[in-house]
Amino acid sequence: MSNQLKPAIDGHDHRQGPQGAPLELVEYGDYQCSYCGEAYPEIKAAQQALGDKLQFVFRNFPLAEAHPHAQQAALAAEAAAQQGKFWEMHDALYEHQDQLDSAGLQQHAQQLGLNLDQFQSDLKSSAVTEKVEADFESGVRSGVNGTPAFFVNGQLYQGNWQQGELTRFLGGQLQ
Amino acid sequence: MLEANTPAPDFELNSTPDQKLALHDLQGQRVILAFYPADWSPVCGDQMALYNETSKLFSKHNAQVIGISVDSKWSHLAFSKDRNLHFPLLADFEPKGAVAQQYGVYDEQTGEAKRALFVLDEKGIIQWSYLSPAGINPGADGILEALEELDKAKA
Repeated sequence: MSNQLKPAIDGHDHRQGPQGAPLELVEYGDYQCSYCGEAYPEIKAAQQALGDKLQFVFRNFPLAEAHPHAQQAALAAEAAAQQGKFWEMHDALYEHQDQLDSAGLQQHAQQLGLNLDQFQSDLKSSAVTEKVEADFESGVRSGVNGTPAFFVNGQLYQGNWQQGELTRFLGGQLQ
Repeated sequence: MLEANTPAPDFELNSTPDQKLALHDLQGQRVILAFYPADWSPVCGDQMALYNETSKLFSKHNAQVIGISVDSKWSHLAFSKDRNLHFPLLADFEPKGAVAQQYGVYDEQTGEAKRALFVLDEKGIIQWSYLSPAGINPGADGILEALEELDKAKA
């Protein structure tokens, strides 16, 4: 029903690309969702094509009951963020969607050079849990009804995102 | 379709092969009735999967979500297990669609319930209703807003 991003992008968000870019793309995603896995290279391609015209934000929308590893993976990305490595973990999770169990998450953390004790304790911290819950709730309020969901400049994008369509749509918005 | 400020018609339907759930059993609690066309169709799965996740948000407002379709109790059992659903699905199976008809959301053409949402207050009065196009998952934001309005009215 709603198709407006709520709340707008703010300081709690993980962002790539310059602030004030003419295009703001927000994804609500689940690390265990196969469609989100397909969207991952599409977003990379859009970032490549649009350069500093695009700011990208990722918010967590784990469908924890449908995907048993989704919640832990979301927590892992946020725990990595506590050590300044959100995007590195984000990429590792989408590039290895078959390694989302706790051994897999631990291995990613190790490969990223995270302090592992800190990582384990952040995984269970209320700050990290609350970030994931807040992202989820903001998605529900914005009218997200499945993953991946995209918002372009605050408006729900209901078009096709596959096979370069997302990049074409974003490019078209610049003209 | 029944509108706001209408008392919700009572009903009793199977929630599992050997248990029934009546609307009056839930008095004192807010109830979200989510009528949907069918188990197993991809869009419905999404909608019920979403409510499975958002039921914790609903419970903060003392509200219980219930799915209703014309599918049989056996279909619901298999569908619930497959999707790991943690809220009841009621079988509006015999007479087929009788409850959906009472709420004005039965589709005679397809023989299924329309995709419709009702939010009932603690006294069983409909406070909000919404009919979604059949192919579109209505999400949960409208439900949450309706529940917040009820909280405000109570405060």
